[in-house]
Amino acid sequence: MTKQILNTMTKDGIKSIVLKIIAEIAPDEDLSSIAPEVRLRDQLELDSMDFLDIVMELRKQYGIEVPETDYQELASLDSCANYLEPKFAALQGS
Amino acid sequence: MSQHRIVITGIGLTAPNGNTLDEYRSNLLNKVSTIQNIETRYMGTVHAGVCDFDPLKYQTKKSVRIGTRAASIGIYCANEAIRDSGIDWENFDKSRVGVYVGTTEHGNVETENEIFNISQYNYDARFWTHHHNPRTVANNPAGEITINLKITGPHYAIGAACAAGNAGLIQACQMLQLEEVDFALGGGVSESIHTFGIFAAFNSQNALAKHEDPTKASRPFDMSRNGIVVSEGGCLYTLERLNDAKARGANIIAEVAGWAMNSDATDYVLPNPERQAQCMRLALNRAKKNVEAIQIVNTHATSTKQGDIQECEAINAVFGKSDSTYINNTKSFIGHAMGAAGALELAGNIPSFRDKMVHPTINVDELDPQCNVGKLVIGEPVELDRVDAIFNNSFGMLGINSSLVVTRFHD
Repeated sequence: MTKQILNTMTKDGIKSIVLKIIAEIAPDEDLSSIAPEVRLRDQLELDSMDFLDIVMELRKQYGIEVPETDYQELASLDSCANYLEPKFAALQGS
Repeated sequence: MSQHRIVITGIGLTAPNGNTLDEYRSNLLNKVSTIQNIETRYMGTVHAGVCDFDPLKYQTKKSVRIGTRAASIGIYCANEAIRDSGIDWENFDKSRVGVYVGTTEHGNVETENEIFNISQYNYDARFWTHHHNPRTVANNPAGEITINLKITGPHYAIGAACAAGNAGLIQACQMLQLEEVDFALGGGVSESIHTFGIFAAFNSQNALAKHEDPTKASRPFDMSRNGIVVSEGGCLYTLERLNDAKARGANIIAEVAGWAMNSDATDYVLPNPERQAQCMRLALNRAKKNVEAIQIVNTHATSTKQGDIQECEAINAVFGKSDSTYINNTKSFIGHAMGAAGALELAGNIPSFRDKMVHPTINVDELDPQCNVGKLVIGEPVELDRVDAIFNNSFGMLGINSSLVVTRFHD
């Protein structure tokens, strides 16, 4: 996991990670033109259960916890990157 | 209370040997079994009936991922049945549609999968999916159908062990008679091959079929039968009151002329031929048919030593005097499709009204003399002059019995 995280520490890398997770949980969606600053729910057919899937995949794949009070931070790709960057960094340091 | 006549106007199914009624029927007449070996968790290689319909014909990839296999089977069957019925679905009042889906069990597959999943994370329950509850509520297969088809009338699943396919169909008929709904989907589904537990339990019970050739493993009435082949599958019928079906000019496939369900009240597993016979007589009485009026009895026989003998005993007690009644078994081709069995096996015989053929029971190389019941059709199909009535048995654990009488439609 450490090697993988080292390669994905940039904000762009984090966005790629989130997009890859979204591709798994919303396989019918076209993700080729997602605007990073726009809310994901405004661009994709995502519901609250899907966001729980994103949270679960971050936990499973990277050991990152997103508490319920922070779910709003996952609204857009940009906000995901801003919110998750220190969490990935903390993992790298651990 | 009014006693509406209830008719079948559409059939949607997926069986291990067919994803349409025509394909399924053709394989039953041509003696084609597709039972195969599969690998299952903890159990290794087992025989199973596997369906190869395309779930994406009617579902998105996401709904397949979130939902259950039982529901995917149900959604496929429901859409196919509605298509077959020719109803103007777009403009039909969906609040007057009911969905009644029989299941032998539900939730085992999903629970086993989640336990396996958290076993990969040191059994940390934080990794248990939030999809577990909607996947495992007992109404799941019926509920997902309503979401897929935007049906806002009632839906529920009917747990009736291996009588569930018939029970779903019967419930649909009853709700139509009560005028609770105007159009009903009734039948059953099974995803049971995806749970190792059902194989393991039958194995522990010495009731899991084993044969070097999987297509010969399901062999009801044969001396060397040694247990059940578990299968997945589904069959849903569209059912309507006769007057409604006629008013819209529907193609009426058959009439559900009578049915019965009862309970053995004797044992968890072992059948009770006396109660089975009682159930059959109740169905005949409701249909106002004597035994000579029944051309085909489709047996429940699952290829277990005791169960097959006891059903034959019950059939002999009821139909023993009828020279005009032929007896067959569909599980010899498709294995035991559990919650779908009753509905699916009935569907395999309904084309007899049209083609006058009785599909055979296959894999009987040496007939068990204790199963030598009436005109058992073995090996080759039999052509009759006319088929007017089919009798369908389905029985299940905890002593639940069901019998259906389905007749050629005439005014």
